[in-house]
Amino acid sequence: MLRRLPALTLVLMLGPVLAGLLGTLAPAFGFLPALGGEALSLDPWRALMTAPGLWGSIRLSLSTGFLSTLLALAVVVAFCAAWQGTRPFRWFQRLLSPLLSVPHVTVAFGLAFLLAPSGWLLRLFSPWATGLERPPDYLFPQDGFGLALVLGLLLKEAPFLFLMVLAAMGQVDAERAHRVARSLGYRPMTAWMKAVFPRIYPQIRLPVLAVLAYSLSVVDMALVLGPTRPPTLAVQLLTWFSDADLALRFQAAAGAVLQLLLVIFAIGLWLVLERLAVTLGRRWIAGGGRGAERGLGEGWLRFLAAAPTVLLTTAVFLGLASLLVWSLAGPWRFPDALPSSWTLKVWSGQGAMLLQPSLTTALLALGAAAIAALLCLGCLEQEVRGGKRLTTRALWLLYLPLLAPQIGFLFGLQVLFVWLGLDGVWPGLLWSHLVFVLPYVFLSLRDPYRAWDPRYGRSALCLGASPWRVFWRIKFPMLLRPLLIASAVGFAVSVAQYLPTLFAGAGRFQTLTTEAVALSAGGNRRLIGAFGVLQMLLPLAGFALALALPAWLYRNRRGMATEH
Amino acid sequence: MALISLLVTAPLGAQAADQSWQEIVAKAKGQTVYWNAWGGDDRINAYIAWAGAMVEERYGVELEHVKLSDTADAVGRVLAEKAAGKDSGGSVDLIWINGENFAAMKREGLLLDPWTQSLPNYALVDLDDKPTTRVDFTVPVDNLEAPWGMAQMVFIHDSALVPEPPRSIGKLLAWSQENPGRFSYPQPPDFLGSTFLKQALIELLDDPSILQEPVNADSAAMATEPLWSFLDALHPTLWRGGQAFPANGPAMKQLLGDGEIDIAFSFYPADATSWIQRGEVSDTVRTFIMEKGTIGNTHFVAIPYNASAPEGAMVLANFLMSAEAQARKQNPEYWGDFTVLDVAELPAEERARFEAIDLGVATLTPEQLSPTLLEPHPSWMEWVESEWQRRYLGT
Repeated sequence: MLRRLPALTLVLMLGPVLAGLLGTLAPAFGFLPALGGEALSLDPWRALMTAPGLWGSIRLSLSTGFLSTLLALAVVVAFCAAWQGTRPFRWFQRLLSPLLSVPHVTVAFGLAFLLAPSGWLLRLFSPWATGLERPPDYLFPQDGFGLALVLGLLLKEAPFLFLMVLAAMGQVDAERAHRVARSLGYRPMTAWMKAVFPRIYPQIRLPVLAVLAYSLSVVDMALVLGPTRPPTLAVQLLTWFSDADLALRFQAAAGAVLQLLLVIFAIGLWLVLERLAVTLGRRWIAGGGRGAERGLGEGWLRFLAAAPTVLLTTAVFLGLASLLVWSLAGPWRFPDALPSSWTLKVWSGQGAMLLQPSLTTALLALGAAAIAALLCLGCLEQEVRGGKRLTTRALWLLYLPLLAPQIGFLFGLQVLFVWLGLDGVWPGLLWSHLVFVLPYVFLSLRDPYRAWDPRYGRSALCLGASPWRVFWRIKFPMLLRPLLIASAVGFAVSVAQYLPTLFAGAGRFQTLTTEAVALSAGGNRRLIGAFGVLQMLLPLAGFALALALPAWLYRNRRGMATEH
Repeated sequence: MALISLLVTAPLGAQAADQSWQEIVAKAKGQTVYWNAWGGDDRINAYIAWAGAMVEERYGVELEHVKLSDTADAVGRVLAEKAAGKDSGGSVDLIWINGENFAAMKREGLLLDPWTQSLPNYALVDLDDKPTTRVDFTVPVDNLEAPWGMAQMVFIHDSALVPEPPRSIGKLLAWSQENPGRFSYPQPPDFLGSTFLKQALIELLDDPSILQEPVNADSAAMATEPLWSFLDALHPTLWRGGQAFPANGPAMKQLLGDGEIDIAFSFYPADATSWIQRGEVSDTVRTFIMEKGTIGNTHFVAIPYNASAPEGAMVLANFLMSAEAQARKQNPEYWGDFTVLDVAELPAEERARFEAIDLGVATLTPEQLSPTLLEPHPSWMEWVESEWQRRYLGT
């Protein structure tokens, strides 16, 4: 049973993706009998290549994807290097991890309302400080360089990478390495960068690449924050896929293949840059510099390293607070700092309509996360016992759902589900979520699991315990925390899914996210606010549970406590 | 009377019409209708829920509102089912549809055979004086979709800031030049943005009648020349200097509410009133139309060819065309969408339902809303939209 699990997991996850990709590749080369495309041709590609704004879209996708990933990594690394082991670090640890659970589109709405010309920030300072009675006419969000989109992605991806770094730090015994380097006379940040970071990076490499792939093909966030003349490639694809002119679907399918190629190209480029950084970094580490006091002292550098984190966190919380305020707002016009009156109308009016979607969302996310956690646990355990790791190539397969742009393969997936009779029913819906939840759970769980010191197990085996007893009595409790966090990540991923729910659920399952997106098409900021708050609360509850449960279970075991 | 004449008149040989109304009602009982309809407005959602409660009570038809953010999602679903060979038992029973999606579904054979002639309430529709109930964006309806509401483009201005609104496309340009940054339109191919382009195209042409014919590439370049010079002049004066456009109508409404722009437009004549009632825009907001009139059309509901509950969907469509449902819909308290019925021909007590409606402070009367301009042939819009992309999307 356990032996067949990895294969089964791969099939469960890759089957839909491959079928979906096939269902995209075929029309990309002119084949889609339902629309009269019966022969292979290159026409869709010709149409794609002459589409207005295509090159601008490609450039924009690449620049925003790269910039946001680089910045997110830099912000997280700088903060960890400067503040690891301090009290502020622990505060942020508590503050930032829950941010991971807020869906992208919620953060995007919050940010847009904070920074727009008629946004909260200017309302707070107008007219007394700015003299403005009417909103100024500057272009943000949706600026031509996509900086608002970069900022939005940064707000969402930095907490994710932070969590990944935290998980990795526990595994490489970062504290001790840091202490040793410090005792050798290295300044704190230099010590971290030279002794800790090189061990952490390999563990977070795939998460970083997932962030890169995601940023390159994100749809919902780019819709709210990204430029429109032209938009990013992913948004342009959505426009074509949902055009009334069904013939555009051929061109859209070719575009989806192009989007996939773009992601592959970007990852290749990242890996090349990584090589370069490794070469330069080795030289720097081997140089033996201890971060001496010339130039900017490390004291200043530390505050500089904290600034982006503090600013970003403040922006997210203010943005989310603005959603809450809007959900309670009566009339609220520029430049009033607060609504002219408050009302519970949205909450009470929608109260009945909120329960059912909340329940569906929670059940779906719970189911998908639990199945994913079980499968991943089984696969990893089999890997340990069988002594065979997934080869690098197989691992890349695992990342296919994260790398392939959703909009591209979901049409093909829908055809497969209809054909199997799985559309519009729970198993199909769960399966479609599993496809996206599994990789994230595996990603979150893999490294802690593999880094578990097998000597604990060997000692127990020497004392006469059976392998299963070792698993349940020793390994499972020690890995419970990462397992629960991985499940919470999966839960959050499921909550945020929009397109799979719509496609596999045949529109018959209403989750908080499908309702929120449907309502956001109507632009009602009060309702967006209310649904945003709920979308935030559910995954947050998941994370709170994931953190609280081990702490409570092991409250009497000092060695298993959360913090050292 | 109308009912009898309808049943007597031999329908166009269509299968669905072979069923009598009684047979349809009998088959519909106990069916669940999955109605795929835009879910972006909680008041419209509430109206749909009300309609569901009514047909459940009266006909035993259960209604599930599948809330869409884009009608094309439902079209795509029917398409996926056709691709998978699922020619019956489909997941979509009824779609709230617009002209472009209708034209596409009709062309691809994704719609149920003609059926609206079997519905008794179809006889109440004002087919003569509201030509858009028979021809959807110049594509003949052919009984493939049931009219559900009338829409007309109206412009909306904040009367406190713009006491004398510009009542022609030319004056709008002059006004925008004097008040830079205070006007914008949704980015095509958004439906409302494209409507603005159509309005400008019609107004700027000396003889707009060529728009009723399919586009001809040679004449189109010349016919649209005034439109492009108008837009070239307008764009630098727009909100954000024309570097960005609101995504859709609701986004434009939000800009009006936030005070970022002073003039907006909508396709629902009662929108301004309902926005005021909901506190979303200033209560000084008012409605106006252009001197030469504005574009108007009809929106419909259609049944996919592979629907699971076609009879239930017909019963629902029939109820939606009843005087009771139409009058409630026209009331801005619930929605404010104008009726497709010939109100003058209704029995007195049904007519009274419409006469009792208070249209609200910012809604024009049907008389003030005339004249209505006809939609151009869809091929013109495809031409104009792709030319817009080529000129303004950027590289």
